[in-house]
Amino acid sequence: MSLSVMENPAILAPKPGFLARFSDLLWRRPSVLLAVLLGPPVLWLGVVYLGSLFALLIQSFFSIDEFTGLIQYRFTLKTYGELLQPVNLDIILRTVAMAASVTLAAVVVGFPVAYYAARYARGRWKALFYLGIMLPLWSSYLVKVYAWKLILAKEGILTWGLSKIGLMPLLEAILSIPVIGGNSLSVSYIGTFLVFLYVWLPFMILPMQAAMERVPVSLLEASADQGAEPVQTLRHVLLPLALPGVVAGSIFTFSLTLGDYIIPQIVGSSRLFIGQAVYAHQGTAGNIPLAAAFTVVPIVIMGFYLWGAKRLGAFDAL
Amino acid sequence: MQSAVLFKNVSRHYGEVRAVHAVDLEVRAGEFFAMLGPSGSGKTTSLRLIAGFEQPTSGHIEIFGETAEGVPPYRRNVNTVFQDYALFPHMSVRDNVAYGLMIAGMGRKARYAKAEEALELVRLPGYGDRAPAALSGGQRQRVALARALVNEPKVLLLDEPLGALDLKLREQMQEELKSLQKSLGITFIFVTHDQGEALSMADRVAVFDHGKIQQVGTPQDIYQRPDTPFVADFVGSSNVLPADMVLELTGHHAAASLRPEAIRIGAEEKHAATVAGASYIGAVTRVSLNFRQMQLSALVPAGVAVPETGETVSIGWDREALHLMERGS
Repeated sequence: MSLSVMENPAILAPKPGFLARFSDLLWRRPSVLLAVLLGPPVLWLGVVYLGSLFALLIQSFFSIDEFTGLIQYRFTLKTYGELLQPVNLDIILRTVAMAASVTLAAVVVGFPVAYYAARYARGRWKALFYLGIMLPLWSSYLVKVYAWKLILAKEGILTWGLSKIGLMPLLEAILSIPVIGGNSLSVSYIGTFLVFLYVWLPFMILPMQAAMERVPVSLLEASADQGAEPVQTLRHVLLPLALPGVVAGSIFTFSLTLGDYIIPQIVGSSRLFIGQAVYAHQGTAGNIPLAAAFTVVPIVIMGFYLWGAKRLGAFDAL
Repeated sequence: MQSAVLFKNVSRHYGEVRAVHAVDLEVRAGEFFAMLGPSGSGKTTSLRLIAGFEQPTSGHIEIFGETAEGVPPYRRNVNTVFQDYALFPHMSVRDNVAYGLMIAGMGRKARYAKAEEALELVRLPGYGDRAPAALSGGQRQRVALARALVNEPKVLLLDEPLGALDLKLREQMQEELKSLQKSLGITFIFVTHDQGEALSMADRVAVFDHGKIQQVGTPQDIYQRPDTPFVADFVGSSNVLPADMVLELTGHHAAASLRPEAIRIGAEEKHAATVAGASYIGAVTRVSLNFRQMQLSALVPAGVAVPETGETVSIGWDREALHLMERGS
């Protein structure tokens, strides 16, 4: 091979065609590239999504005429006042309590799984982990919820299995707990909780796993080197550094539980959750302002939640 | 003298890979000991065996006379300065340095006072409030050192701690580490792949290759009297003459090392060689010579005329400069 550097031009001639010239333009002006890439999503999010959300919020400041059932387009806080009526306040507190317990349980159940996946799973096992976490998301949400209804029903497989191994007294003891118990798991708060936990768990595990993956092993070793036992390392090093992931995951599980109206309708006692209240008010009751006001509740709660998390330093490690 | 660390026939295998294989090693109390070798030679694995991050596949490890295998890192009075420093990013410099003391249950006031002392020791007084991310590489390195020293360990392990620093800072830290070790009297075990660093800092050096120790000795031993061709080549960048050539030159059948600075180039010398190339490296010029069937490297001090490439020259050396290596040849 003989190299003939001398005959090569120092600057290559531009390629013909519009696309080549367009590439040159994008290279010279990165802001144009940014505008091209960001334009559509910003339009979508800004106008279509945020715009409709804003329209919804405006509705919450209107009120309904109790006699005619017509919406009065005058700004008032009357509808928000209605939220504080005992029946509506119950709905809010019930939903927040459920969302909080589901989130807490998802952290406890998801943490070991996320830790294993981040720290030990390699190659094939990692693929299996992702498959195992994502697979439930591929099937219809309704199918999963109805499947759970069958599992938890009085004549379902769980009751049958527990009776076979002689654990019926345990189930009965759990079901006899006031408030959260009931006639069977499928009509109790425990049942609603289990289904929520199952359905939202992947949304907790994945961000936690991503956060823990970014914690260098040497930090855990350094903690042990400094004399910390594994529990102390967990408390002082791993948990604080994984906290952004935990918070990200909890935003999912918390807000998804706050807004859901299907699971409590299929599995659980017939008492309402926020989502169901919104559904009922905007549909059959035709009370759009109250439905809108209910919708504002999760938004405000999430706002406070994020503010509190930031105050606690959850995002310092980002 | 008591030994700080003792390896008896220690192996650490990962399946087929023998990271460390049948190593015997003794580090004396209070010495500055370097473990030198190329990457993958087993030096870092040996360090991690002492720290407790790895457990030996077989063999016996003692730290100050006590059995160490099976003992977790948090029960060893040994501290490590990590290669990437491993400072906790969510804590201030002060809390980083005081971490071990906090774990040991020392009160806030007392441990902060000790942390400040340790920071003074590494010449970073008043840096306690900063975040590790706000420090330069050299400063982080000092914080990592302070964090390790504040626990007053029996053995301090340093895993290539100077690797990420630039040359000037590196030389300065070498000096500081050495004087710190002398004044504190703590046993330092220092892993490096830089032979200059090992020679200039350590009281004794172990040269690792392929999971085994090739030679243990003082820097002078290692540099002037290498046991094996590997040590000669890796430590001194020495020319290793094959046994057959040495037989012709001296009558002994053994490989020999010949350090580049021992080769003289001049009209009165007796061997002929041709110059294959020269590279200027500051105080000296490194000249490659074709000598018989091999290439020799020689150093010509600045100020002395460097022969032209392609020129035939006469070369020679003192008889003692040719160091015979019975082992490994």
